[in-house]
Amino acid sequence: MIYVENLHKYFGDLQVLKGIDQHIARGEKLAVIGPSGSGKSTFLRCLNMLEIPTKGKITVDGEEITQHGIDLNRIRQKMGMVFQQFNLFPHKTVMGNITMAPMTLKKLSKAEAEKKAEELLKRVGLLEKADAYPAQLSGGQKQRIAIARALAMEPEIMLFDEPTSALDPEMVGEVLEVMTDLAKAGMTMVVVTHEMGFAREVANRVLFMDGGHIVEEGTPEEIFEHPQNERTREFLRKVL
Amino acid sequence: MEWISSHWANFCNDFYTNLIYADRWKQLIGGLGVTLQLTLAAIVIGTVLGIILAFMKMSDWKWLSIPAKAYIEIIRGTPTTVQLLIMYMGVFATVSAPKWIIAGLAFGLNSAAYVAEIVRGGVESVDHGQVEAGRSLGFSKLQTTMKIVLPQAVKIALPTYTSEFIVLLKETSIAGYIAMEDLTKVASMITSRTFNAWFPLLTAALIYFTMTFTLSKIFGRLERRLRKSDIR
Repeated sequence: MIYVENLHKYFGDLQVLKGIDQHIARGEKLAVIGPSGSGKSTFLRCLNMLEIPTKGKITVDGEEITQHGIDLNRIRQKMGMVFQQFNLFPHKTVMGNITMAPMTLKKLSKAEAEKKAEELLKRVGLLEKADAYPAQLSGGQKQRIAIARALAMEPEIMLFDEPTSALDPEMVGEVLEVMTDLAKAGMTMVVVTHEMGFAREVANRVLFMDGGHIVEEGTPEEIFEHPQNERTREFLRKVL
Repeated sequence: MEWISSHWANFCNDFYTNLIYADRWKQLIGGLGVTLQLTLAAIVIGTVLGIILAFMKMSDWKWLSIPAKAYIEIIRGTPTTVQLLIMYMGVFATVSAPKWIIAGLAFGLNSAAYVAEIVRGGVESVDHGQVEAGRSLGFSKLQTTMKIVLPQAVKIALPTYTSEFIVLLKETSIAGYIAMEDLTKVASMITSRTFNAWFPLLTAALIYFTMTFTLSKIFGRLERRLRKSDIR
């Protein structure tokens, strides 16, 4: 579904990604782990071109999205993204947040969009918050709404950029639960995370990144039980 | 007792000579009309052009941002009175146009520079994560600006915009420099006829204050309505 070839990214003189090659298959749940500054968020943000790669090629559903002049807005509609800082629209109610993109971009009527939004709110367990504003929600609730907002565009793949890192510990569970349900429903997911439990339980493949490289990849069992690389072992010793 | 009644008689006399005699109150109302006309013309021109200038200044294209930056610096760095005189005696020296258009344009072009900075401040204070969230959903740059950034920027910029509106209203009082009979000019004309400094000028001051106070109340209400989404 997504092919990444020889992906490089520089911020000024700083090289953040040093040649990444990956294939993410439909239905796959990929967890990306690694120390801060390893390039994992940048890698994720390149997948929907929020960061423009300096070099390399990314193909989504057979379309090369790194080529000049491609309609990124259309491609991004099928790639949902969830951010560490939630980024809900503060001037819109929960309902407004979820219905805005489908009504504008998919030309759904208000009634259709709201019906769809209600289903999604039920799915994330927040139907009663439809008329609330983001400022009235807890962090965990905000993130569940952010997931619902992304799902409202019926994406084929969901990208999660450290979705639980800004949450109070007691709220991490509710967000991971929604993500686990989503994984079980067959969604293709790429998750940059520090939640090793989630990576181990839900992912079917784990990438360990360090210094702009993918140092090691494999099934959760291979990575967590039998890491081959010394840096992987060292990282896991620190976080587990 | 006698002291009070003599002062009261003086007051009544001044009130009559400064406001009633020779229909002077009508002159003041005419002046008020000119002031309002200038303010309205200027705020419309200033707001529209100001928004355009703000986005020009924020543009990545140098040939859009540099002219906008230069314009803003020059306008802010020179006195409004000088700008008004240049407009009247320079730009419109050979072209005939109603004075209120000349002055409205001068005040509007001046205000645009300040509005541009207010709008830019508002837009730039919206968290960049908002733009990323919008773009990640598939909104274009323009859609993200219109639907996500601007509504939040307006809320942030509104208090400063209110101040600019009030400043503009008061600044039209220099229209007398090009012999327009606005509220201030009329009041000073009455003073020079009646040799009474207090009555006409305090009346003008009171009218200005009533207008600016009303404006700040109206915008204050608007602000509270926009802040509805911040209530926790």
